[in-house]
Amino acid sequence: MSRPAVNSDTDFEVSKPLKGTAGWLDDRFGGARGVRTYLLRKVYPDHWSFLLGEIALYSFIILLLTGTFLSFFFVPSMTEVTYHGSYMKLDGIKMSEAYASTLRISFDVRGGLLIRQIHHWAADLFVASLMIHMLRVFFTGAYRKPREVNWLIGIGLFTLALIEGLFGYSLPDDQLSGAGLRIFEGVLQGGIPIVGTYLAYFLFGGPFPGHDIVPRMYVIHILLIPAILLALITAHIFIMFWQKHTQMPAKGNTERNVTGQPSYPYFIAKTSAWFIFIFGALALLSTFAQINPIWLYGPYSPVAISSASQPDFYMGILEGSLRVMPAWEWNFLGHTITFSVLIPFIAPLTIILGGAAVWPWFERWATGDKTFHHINDRPRNAPVRTGIGIAAVVFYGVLWIEGANDVVADKLQIPLYTVTWIARVAVIAGPIIAYFITKRICLGLQRKDRNELLHGYESGIIRQLPDGEFIEVHQPVNEERLAVIEAKKVPALLPGPGSEDDNGVPAPSARGVLGKARAAANRAFAETIPLEADGHGNGHHGNGHAVTGEEHEAVGTPGSTALPPGEGTEE
Amino acid sequence: MSWINARRRRPAAGYAALLLGLVVVALVYGSLTSRGGTEASAAVGAQQDITAGKELFQANCSSCHGLEAQGTSQGPSLIGTGAAAVYFQMSTGRMPAKEVGSENERKPVTFSPRQIEDIAGYVASLGGGPEIPTPEQVSTEGADTARGSQLFSANCAQCHGFAGAGGALTYGKDAPPLTESTPTQIYTAMLTGPESMPVFSDGALSPQAKRDIIAYITQTRVEPNPGGFSLGRTGPVTEGLVIFLGGLGFLVLISMWITAKRRDPRPTGPTGTERK
Amino acid sequence: MSDMEETEGAEGTESPGAPHRVIGTPPPSPRLLGSAPVAEEHGAVALVSDSEEFAEHIDGLPPDDPEVVVHGRRAERVVAACFIIAFIAGCGFVAAYVGLGVHTVDKTLRSNLALGLSMSVTLLALGLGTLIWVRHLMPNVEATQQRHDLRSDEKERQATEAYFKEGTANSQFVKRPLVRRTLMLGTLPLLAAPVVLLRDMGPQPGTSLRHTVWSPGRRLLVQGTNRPITPAEFSAPGSMITIVPDGYEDNQDALTKAAVILIKFRPGELRIPTRHQGSTLVGTMNWTVDNIVAYSKICTHVGCPVALYEQTTHHILCPCHQSTFEATTGATVIFGPASRPLPQLPLTTDAQGYLVAKRDFTEPVGPSFWERG
Repeated sequence: MSRPAVNSDTDFEVSKPLKGTAGWLDDRFGGARGVRTYLLRKVYPDHWSFLLGEIALYSFIILLLTGTFLSFFFVPSMTEVTYHGSYMKLDGIKMSEAYASTLRISFDVRGGLLIRQIHHWAADLFVASLMIHMLRVFFTGAYRKPREVNWLIGIGLFTLALIEGLFGYSLPDDQLSGAGLRIFEGVLQGGIPIVGTYLAYFLFGGPFPGHDIVPRMYVIHILLIPAILLALITAHIFIMFWQKHTQMPAKGNTERNVTGQPSYPYFIAKTSAWFIFIFGALALLSTFAQINPIWLYGPYSPVAISSASQPDFYMGILEGSLRVMPAWEWNFLGHTITFSVLIPFIAPLTIILGGAAVWPWFERWATGDKTFHHINDRPRNAPVRTGIGIAAVVFYGVLWIEGANDVVADKLQIPLYTVTWIARVAVIAGPIIAYFITKRICLGLQRKDRNELLHGYESGIIRQLPDGEFIEVHQPVNEERLAVIEAKKVPALLPGPGSEDDNGVPAPSARGVLGKARAAANRAFAETIPLEADGHGNGHHGNGHAVTGEEHEAVGTPGSTALPPGEGTEE
Repeated sequence: MSWINARRRRPAAGYAALLLGLVVVALVYGSLTSRGGTEASAAVGAQQDITAGKELFQANCSSCHGLEAQGTSQGPSLIGTGAAAVYFQMSTGRMPAKEVGSENERKPVTFSPRQIEDIAGYVASLGGGPEIPTPEQVSTEGADTARGSQLFSANCAQCHGFAGAGGALTYGKDAPPLTESTPTQIYTAMLTGPESMPVFSDGALSPQAKRDIIAYITQTRVEPNPGGFSLGRTGPVTEGLVIFLGGLGFLVLISMWITAKRRDPRPTGPTGTERK
Repeated sequence: MSDMEETEGAEGTESPGAPHRVIGTPPPSPRLLGSAPVAEEHGAVALVSDSEEFAEHIDGLPPDDPEVVVHGRRAERVVAACFIIAFIAGCGFVAAYVGLGVHTVDKTLRSNLALGLSMSVTLLALGLGTLIWVRHLMPNVEATQQRHDLRSDEKERQATEAYFKEGTANSQFVKRPLVRRTLMLGTLPLLAAPVVLLRDMGPQPGTSLRHTVWSPGRRLLVQGTNRPITPAEFSAPGSMITIVPDGYEDNQDALTKAAVILIKFRPGELRIPTRHQGSTLVGTMNWTVDNIVAYSKICTHVGCPVALYEQTTHHILCPCHQSTFEATTGATVIFGPASRPLPQLPLTTDAQGYLVAKRDFTEPVGPSFWERG
């Protein structure tokens, strides 16, 4: 039973200080209507996957808070000092002030280790949640018009987050992150033609390691990038606020509305609880899971290296691509270009991030779909998009795992070179196979939806017919489920080959190489399992598969296993 | 109706059962798996019975190493390898080897310390080689652990890991973790370079330098982890797994709870909520 | 067209239809960003009322239903319990901070555990309480809000374009190309300023990448102990040790290129072919002493120390990206992304018998670079 949302418990007065302050502000700024429309009554849709972006947002806030604390104690200097602090095992060792101050934070500042760990776990969570948030937006098609700009801002945020994390964990100047910086310098110097050595020398203030890189990274890490991130996050949220969030297909959800819960008090309460949970989860991790134990790594020395030297996970794809490449270098006319360094530096992230950036426009071009979309797609209803997305995930994942190839070899007892050989094959074959498998799975799920629509769901009630046969009773789906299944948009077919007019002239958009490519892409995108009960009469489905068996017969047809309407369909 | 039965159909009951099952499995597994490795005691004394050693050698080692330790197709010559090498290989259980040609790993020791000493003495008598260090030679009293950390970092960490957790080598071999070796075993390993490990002779790494390294290894492996569980001391790989499976996994479950449909008490009526 | 006239007519005067103002009364409230246009007499859309924009309804039993009342009381107690637990844990956090010191590994562990646990319990209890509050005390409201066209209506677009055109025309920017072009010319150098100002961020590489600090007669010191070494001290076959140049034991800038790995072989194992790069000799058996060979420890891929030496296979493995070098044949690459062998340091002995370098490496050490040749 539902009733209007009017609460009759409103027999109290708004407190005088609150009312007075609100009035004081309204006199000067106005906005009573805006507060009501945008802050109090605004409706927020309620799907769990919409909370993933908030993980990133709240992690960022936690990073700002913990980072500020750390900045009061960290010394961004590479000046050499002799350590005489609390961690006795390194007493007398020469190390940079940056490393010594990090030891001090960990062992000489109460709560220092906890805050350091929360900061690092929050950074990992920030990037991890950005990744799954981006995947959610991609797989539901929420980047489509009118949200392309927000999609691009999101990619920018992700790229900046990667750099911010890289610089952040390199600040303590420990053995592990120092090795990573050495690789970074080697890639700049060795991979980039013409200007590589200049870039490396300018960034590091001379030969590696120099004395400038930690203070420079510090400024970029605590000032430049956080400022840009803050600005972009504000823009990202404001755009989402302004355009209103998308929503999943459901009963009552249309392209002209948003359904969910009002901001005050429901959404505000839930998002506050979410923030507190995220903070609490990070605190729990930082209590029980040690992260970045720099005292065990030791201060950076360019003559030392450890096995299992990996960067933080989000850099794994770059590390993996460096490991997977075979040797490849050209020497000519007194110059050298090292492809085994250049390609890993450029290719994987360009493919993934560049591909993601142009994807909305590519999809527009391929489907010819220029309409607004405020209702998300279910991933199964966009098989090509989902397939390509999974292919990208597999590409990323293979390189990511290859980045940990020595740990994989050690823990899983696989020979070291074999892991690399498997990755070399899988990085090409994996995405292709994944695309085809995913596409087939999506089409299969569409068939399942269609069957559910036409024949109802299996109710678990077994019934014996008079002639002794057992059948399972099928119930038609309820209205909510019906709305979800039927929310599939049939992609339109652009004119393609075979669309010539009477004089044999093909449509303008289908001419030339680009036109033919577009037609081919369009046909791929348009492949779908239609929801109608087509082809039952003549024994074929639209996609050329023959009808097999009586379970394909529609409800009400004599001999079908579903009960005719009116008998046992409603409880 | 019993307490459990009354709550059997609650939505949280499934999660509670799963949690209970996980805890039980963890407890049973933990109690059943042994901590592994036997405590190999340090070299007892320099009094080695070479005759007894020869008998033991010919009975247990000569099938692969030859009656005069000259080597066969199954095992290398031991002439000149010295008592230290024998001590290391036998006190860690690597010798007698299980299979020919495979990498030998630490396994339960089949000989008593006395017997190991005797065999070592016999092999040393055949061609000399590094001797088993005395307890004083491997004592870490007064050792410079800080210098040990630098030496370990530059010469050992690339195979054994920054904290001695082990690491992969090529062709299926690996450098073992250093959690169980005694000071004498560490010393003799450095001195004799077993299998793939290079030799660190006393001329290159002085005995004092070796003691510093031993001090670093033995101190580090018992050092508590102030930040929580160590996650294997293998670095960011396990940290990444934890943030995805542990952190994000937990949070995704919470997000599903936050946005789940409410099961308020409602009057009986048509199934499903209706909208006006 | 008529739009333009109306807009022009409205500029500078009271918009027709607005109430006549008396001095002292506040003007009509300004248009809120994004709200529908204020009602005007010339056919614009009226302000959307709340009831057209929003609709909310509640599912479930009414609040005075006894089941709801009981459920609510129980939920209230649970929420209160959560918040009280949060309070206690929060006090525990302050107590742990005050009471538990650090400065040793054990104490840090205890402090981290106490502070972290109390913080976690506080936060999780607060979160739990809030969540139960929302889900079990607040009514189950479902709301709907209307979306409005994001696109401005055509009249607005045209009005904006019209004013922009007028303003641009008035600015004379279009009509006076001399002004326009000299403006761009004038500001061009300023754009180069950031590039110019950043020049002193670092020196030019020059030829510094081609040399290390190794020089004729410079002694090889064992890293960590900083002692020189004679071939006799390094006589056990299969030995390997890390070497730093005398005088630069602590100089990280120098060590980044000058670190060396020293390996001893059995007689006959070393078979370094005489190798040239162009006309430069880069590898030969003559640069070994007593089957002891010195290679650069800096990987030719991207510069990690290539430190993993497998005595049995004579492979030098770099743990970063698994470039593998065959030590008996001049550190040639046998697997992995490195494209060039490790440079060999020419060795000899000095008068006291210690191992010294004959000269610097004959080729650049470490990762390749564009100007390498």
